[in-house]
Amino acid sequence: MELTTFFQQLINGLQLGAIYALIALGYTMVYGIIRLINFAHADFLMVGAFAVYFFASFILTLTNAIPPIILFILGLIVALVAGALIAELSNRLAYKPLRYKPRLSALITAVGVSMFLEYFFASLPFIGPSFRAFPDLLKPVSFVVGGVYLNNIQLLDIGLAIVLMILLTFIVNRTMMGKAMRAVSQDKDAAKLMGINVERTITFVFLIGGALAGAAGILMAMTYPRIYPNMGILPGLKAFVAAVLGGIGNIPGAMLGGFLLGIAEIYATSYNSLLGEGIAFAILIIVLLVRPQGLLGEKQSEKV
Amino acid sequence: MALALEVKDLHVAYGGIKALRGISVKVEACSIVTMIGANGAGKSTTLRAISGIVAKQSGHVTFFDKDITSTPAHIIVAMGISHVPEGRRMFATLSVMENLEIATYTRHDKKEFAESLETVFSLFPRLKERRKQLAGTLSGGEQQMLAVGRAMMTHGKVMLLDEPSMGLAPVLVEEIFRTIKKINELGTTILLVEQNARMALEYSNYAYVLEVGVVSAEGPSSQLLDDPRVKEAYLGG
Repeated sequence: MELTTFFQQLINGLQLGAIYALIALGYTMVYGIIRLINFAHADFLMVGAFAVYFFASFILTLTNAIPPIILFILGLIVALVAGALIAELSNRLAYKPLRYKPRLSALITAVGVSMFLEYFFASLPFIGPSFRAFPDLLKPVSFVVGGVYLNNIQLLDIGLAIVLMILLTFIVNRTMMGKAMRAVSQDKDAAKLMGINVERTITFVFLIGGALAGAAGILMAMTYPRIYPNMGILPGLKAFVAAVLGGIGNIPGAMLGGFLLGIAEIYATSYNSLLGEGIAFAILIIVLLVRPQGLLGEKQSEKV
Repeated sequence: MALALEVKDLHVAYGGIKALRGISVKVEACSIVTMIGANGAGKSTTLRAISGIVAKQSGHVTFFDKDITSTPAHIIVAMGISHVPEGRRMFATLSVMENLEIATYTRHDKKEFAESLETVFSLFPRLKERRKQLAGTLSGGEQQMLAVGRAMMTHGKVMLLDEPSMGLAPVLVEEIFRTIKKINELGTTILLVEQNARMALEYSNYAYVLEVGVVSAEGPSSQLLDDPRVKEAYLGG
């Protein structure tokens, strides 16, 4: 592989990986705190994308004079809020009533929530099951650096993902709520004895995870500007693999896993597009065989 | 003397198994009260029911004349009951300092935090040395210190202690009991659950003996120390 091609694919991989990482964070945080694989998480990004679609279309019918950057920032806020709200709504209505029931119940419910969101959106007359073209929030601008083609959307995907990850790391490590999150994920009863409101902490995790999924939704829609109710399924599955690759429950792991998976997928696709589609799942199998706790996860020992 | 804590006819069951069958306990303010008894007698369950970690079937718990029977656990802590759970229950991947910080979650006041930290570090200088270390890397004795220190940070008027001497070397057991005494002298009422009945009786004012979910005997600790039945059953004859 030529060096410019290598860097070209690396940039493409980082771009895809940024989106996977944002989604993977939600999987891993929710798993960390309530040990639930939230299969509906991937659909939160679809909800975020549709929210921005309707918002942007509405604004653009009112005026064409709005500066693109303002439209994008407003759209991003809509995506974050929509993702956070749908995530917390699922938590409140579907998962919370099952909190102290066998874990399998919540897992099956998560599959149900996921299918509900997909089919409910597809059945709505103003959405429907087919593709919709996502409006250009930002005008695409390409430029060449040392033979490598870049565009503003790519840089935005990577840049915004990194900013959000830094923000998340700060929240988790430095704020009281972040410390409470870590405490609750380790021992809910002990956390209660410290005066921590466990349910409120879980809500906070769903809000943050959902907001990150919303951000992934708007970025995905800007990168691949076709949106549809099932758009979350495949990226969601791959992001889940990314979370497992990094070590499920481990926040830096989800970031690392997301980027690694994105890069692997792009390089594999450059050899063969079918290989690219499948590589995530090959990685999943290998990780589960060789290092089931993931790259950064710690070995789980059975509690005595 | 005011009653700090009163438990009236408390019933608790895990699934179908009755753990408490009508426990009544009174704890006077500023005293040290202990509950002794064999494994499964319901000592830990009583503490867990008081602090709202397990659900009560029936009965009442009052804290300085306020009914807290159905108050959620995190509010009970904020009201002034701190609980050192059995087995320490550290947040292993948080640092020692973060473990102490998290205990002030309910009311974050910088000045108050600094003062409580001062008190905890003066009782446990070891924790100060290790404040940046992850709690999971501490030795058993240090973890117990952290568990007690963490509970002190929640600023309870009453502290529930569940088996603080468990798994500690004899030297450390003495030390932990002396510390409990000191915490009591600082004005905290103590309700202590212990396997080590002799030490518990020596360090407490009043004691309850629990047997399979009921109180089988009670009295001033000095009297129970001389009670032939208690001697035979719990003090090794």
